[in-house]
Amino acid sequence: MITVLAVHFAVAAVAPFLFRRLGRNAFFVLAAVPAGSFVWLVLQHGAVYSDAGSTAVTLPWIPDLRLELAFRMDALAWVMSLLVLGVGALVLVYCARYFKDKDSYLGGFGAQLLAFAGAMFGLITADDLLLMFIFWELTTVLSYLLIGYARTRLSARRSALQALVVTTAGGLAMLVGLIMLGATAGTYRISTILQMAPELVTGPAAAAVAAAVVLVLVGAITKSALVPFHFWLPGAMAAPTPVSAYLHAAAMVKAGIYLVARLAPGFAETAFWLPVVLGLGLATMLVGGYRALRQTDIKLILAYGTVSQLGFLTMVVGLGKPDAALAGLALLLAHGLFKATLFLVVGIIDHQAGTRDIRKLSGVYRSSRALAVVAAIGAASMAGVPPLAGFVAKESVFEAFVHHAGAGTGPWGLVILLGLVLGSILTFAYSARFMWGAFAVKSGVPATRFKAVKPAFLAAPALLSLLTLLYGVWPAPVDAWIQPYAALFAAHAGAEGVDPDAAGHLALWHGFTPALGLTAITFALGLAMFYGRNAVSRAQALVPGWIDGDRTYQLAIGALDDAAVWVTGRTQRGSLFFYLAVILTVAFVLPLTAMLLANKPLPGGLYFIDPGSPLQLVAGAGIVIGALAAVRANKRFLAVLMVSVTGYGIALMFALQGAPDLALTQMLVETIILVAFVLAMRSLPAELRDRTGGKYRVIRVIIGAAFGLTMVFVAIYALGSRVATPVSLEFPRLAYEGGGGLNVVNVTLVDIRAWDTFGEISVLALAATGVASLIFVRGRGDRIGPSSSVAEGTVGRRTDQAAHTRDNAALALSRRFAASTRDAWLVAGRTMAPERRSIIFEVVTRLIFHSMIVFSIYLLLAGHNLPGGGFAGGLTAGLALTIRYLAGGRFELREATPVSAGALLGIGLATAAASGVAPLLLGGQVFQSAVIELWLPVFGDIKFVTSTIFDIGVYIVVVGLALDVLRSLGAEIDEHFEEQPGEQPADEPAEPSEGREADGVPAKTTAKGSA
Amino acid sequence: MSVNLTLLTVMGALYACGIYLILERSLTRVLLGLMLLANATNLLILATGGYAGLAPLFNKDTAAGDYSDPLPQALILTSIVISFAVTAFMLGIIYRTWVLARQDEIQDDAEDRRVAETPSFDAEDDAVIPAETSEFPLVAADPTDAAGTPDPTETVQAGARRMPATDAAAEEQPGSRNITPGPEGGTK
Repeated sequence: MITVLAVHFAVAAVAPFLFRRLGRNAFFVLAAVPAGSFVWLVLQHGAVYSDAGSTAVTLPWIPDLRLELAFRMDALAWVMSLLVLGVGALVLVYCARYFKDKDSYLGGFGAQLLAFAGAMFGLITADDLLLMFIFWELTTVLSYLLIGYARTRLSARRSALQALVVTTAGGLAMLVGLIMLGATAGTYRISTILQMAPELVTGPAAAAVAAAVVLVLVGAITKSALVPFHFWLPGAMAAPTPVSAYLHAAAMVKAGIYLVARLAPGFAETAFWLPVVLGLGLATMLVGGYRALRQTDIKLILAYGTVSQLGFLTMVVGLGKPDAALAGLALLLAHGLFKATLFLVVGIIDHQAGTRDIRKLSGVYRSSRALAVVAAIGAASMAGVPPLAGFVAKESVFEAFVHHAGAGTGPWGLVILLGLVLGSILTFAYSARFMWGAFAVKSGVPATRFKAVKPAFLAAPALLSLLTLLYGVWPAPVDAWIQPYAALFAAHAGAEGVDPDAAGHLALWHGFTPALGLTAITFALGLAMFYGRNAVSRAQALVPGWIDGDRTYQLAIGALDDAAVWVTGRTQRGSLFFYLAVILTVAFVLPLTAMLLANKPLPGGLYFIDPGSPLQLVAGAGIVIGALAAVRANKRFLAVLMVSVTGYGIALMFALQGAPDLALTQMLVETIILVAFVLAMRSLPAELRDRTGGKYRVIRVIIGAAFGLTMVFVAIYALGSRVATPVSLEFPRLAYEGGGGLNVVNVTLVDIRAWDTFGEISVLALAATGVASLIFVRGRGDRIGPSSSVAEGTVGRRTDQAAHTRDNAALALSRRFAASTRDAWLVAGRTMAPERRSIIFEVVTRLIFHSMIVFSIYLLLAGHNLPGGGFAGGLTAGLALTIRYLAGGRFELREATPVSAGALLGIGLATAAASGVAPLLLGGQVFQSAVIELWLPVFGDIKFVTSTIFDIGVYIVVVGLALDVLRSLGAEIDEHFEEQPGEQPADEPAEPSEGREADGVPAKTTAKGSA
Repeated sequence: MSVNLTLLTVMGALYACGIYLILERSLTRVLLGLMLLANATNLLILATGGYAGLAPLFNKDTAAGDYSDPLPQALILTSIVISFAVTAFMLGIIYRTWVLARQDEIQDDAEDRRVAETPSFDAEDDAVIPAETSEFPLVAADPTDAAGTPDPTETVQAGARRMPATDAAAEEQPGSRNITPGPEGGTK
């Protein structure tokens, strides 16, 4: 069985290649797969109908989830497989003439159709509930693809989606039911569950089982297009006709019937089974038959006829009596044969005549008698005319329901029987209407031009109609095939002393029975309806429009769309303010509510004035004033300055708390940030207007204040609830003994928590690259020409001065003095425009730059034992560069840093990484540090800790970051200014790089050196 | 455990001011607000260290509890430098926004607004389409097939109007023009 499945899917996978080679004849190759499987199936007959009653294959799949590839072939599966594989093969053969070589997507189509046959076979033979569900959903997805084959047609796409939505919804309900069933039974093996069924149905979990069965039935109902989900099946007629023949006659819709048939032996006695199966079945049969009479498209007549027949089948198969089971499977086979025939005939008519409208078709019978004969056999079988398969099956159905009505079921049994007869009358009427509509000569309609039908095209339906005839004349083999399945019901009933031969037998002639009488009534009334068809359609026209399932579906989907748009419109406003307000409101409402509800007293140990540093109060007041001023400020730089005030205040706070490293770092960072701010914002307007005013301001104040308050109380409770000894009490000892350093904070950074720091410098490198990319756009702009290539006094020169002002006269004079060719103080000082130079600044820079660099290296190296370290050192060096840039312009910056910023970042990261990996090579752990003590001639005893190397990496990365900030926010923006003679920088972001190209540096090189 | 209310009060004030600022439309103010939030968080971490103490420079004679707690300090140090990097990055963004759009403002997302105003009508789902009675509509339109040529005056119902049957058939073919593609490939 697994081989059969595997071959189906494997051939489906290579199908597109076959089609590329063979064109439409590849369908013959594909047809060989189900045909071969059919032969295999026939050979299996002996094994399946032996005493064991089934063959099984089980492969473990996911043992942890109790999922198995369990397959089992019993009588029911065997009969269903006959239909699926046989009709599958014939439909594929038919496809080879239905489609043209030039039709697009044929490869995918063939693959899907073949895979569908495989999935259907898997569904039927699967012996595991979940495995069956997987195949079930596979058929759903494949049917979606097949229905939507004509992907350029709106109707096909829409119908495909509708079928998918409806059947998937049912499938999900079914999944829940299957899991409930499996969980209650403790196994997912279908055969075991059916054996346990009597205990399950009457046991303590009976209610759960009944509910589970109803959910599974929902799946079956949607799949088999029963009321109220019947509307998708006529819609699915947008599929190519072979697909309709296969999916809607033999295969997919039969999946629901199969499921009912599979569960009926065990669960037909649960509380809701019979009402659901009989009620919906009967309703579907009548609605389908009624609507089939109203259609003018022969394919739609068949589609509604199928709906009707599916309701019929569900009733019979679901009745749960041996005779009904026999009749049900007999009808299933008969229906598969005649409905496939009829659909294929419709396909031929459509293909040859170009229409399926009965108002346009006329005289097709004269054009193609063979076709008409084939169709007539199918339609007669559908109507139940002897001696055809439909008659044999329908006889035993009537038999079973007459039996059922007489078995003490009260008026309902009779109602059902009457409904069945009525449904059969309708069936007869629409069968006749189909034949008349498709083939008859109609007065007033010109004869349809009909191309001759090739024998190969007609072969498949002809063979099917032959089988219909054979089955009707000689039903004994079919009877033998089905008896073991019917016996399952007899075995259940057998305990109560019912005759084990209760199923009866299929036969063409049973003698004069009530069933035969019912058949006679059916024919008589059916014929009457056909001949009175004009009166019937007038009567139908008088009936107001029924509640249309399709319309309801569209309304439901439309309401869903509306709801989605409404919710999206309310929540996704596109306003950052809105999002933040919601998030922050939640962030303070939740903790505040929790604290109010808990109503815990404030923890002890609260104090305002730290005995160790009472000055904190003063610093705190300064910070708060700075923050408030920053909020109130309406000038950009004032606001920035005020934020800096809080920053410096916090540095003071750090110092007072006993954290010199923090204070030092905060001071340096605050300074560099201030410079960066000024550099970046010099092109923005000075005014900073508060644009979110009015009622929004009130909301902002409320949210802000409430959030601040919440944080205070959260912090108080969080800090107050601390019970454990701080881990950091061990740090000083660890730092000294393990890290070999006195400065606990620094050793923590480079040794105890080195991983953290490594992550952090990676972020720094990223941010630096980000800044450079934002400003330079193309590459990191690591290349800037040396200062020797720049003319004197050109950098920062304004060219747009109005003529003849006092200022200009002064400027002209100063230029004459200042443009000196000597590099007096700074290497690139001469490149600056004279009006930009400050001699005092240049001198001071000259004096302190080297001292600062040396000091930064001192901070770096001494940091292990004294306040300082890589961060502080790097920031100090960055500050030194900042001074040099401010004094001498961008070429001065370039002269000061022979290594590009990107290279610095890379070197720093590499150094840090190497210091982490090196111990690993020497047999230690990542970031393990060692203390090396040695003696040097001048320095004397030196104690060198290897983690210092890591700190050097940090230092280099920080310098790289500072340099990138200066180059981007400083130097590059300078250049933007100069290129656009005017106060504003370039509008065109691509402009800057062109400036450098003009200097002879190809554009390519500007991207070089990215870190 | 000790709780330093001074630090926490200052922290609360910074949080309040920071939140107030980030709820603003001006990018510059948002950035300033973020900086205040970073400072406030640093103070919160600092407060977890408890009482002020000696600088954490190891001395054999000092008890471990007398130092100012070194762990929060290490965390804050990391945080300070990261905040610097993030601030620089934000500055880059602000400058770039200014250069490109001449504004220092957070705009509402127009696309989101458009979504909210979208009607739920979708041609794919809701358009009324003519019923098809054949998969081979062009067979009949084949000019060589004289008898099968449809009457050019024959019309079908398409939505609210009637259109020639030949046009309806043509529109269902690949490359259909019945839906104007929008600029992003969707339909308007």
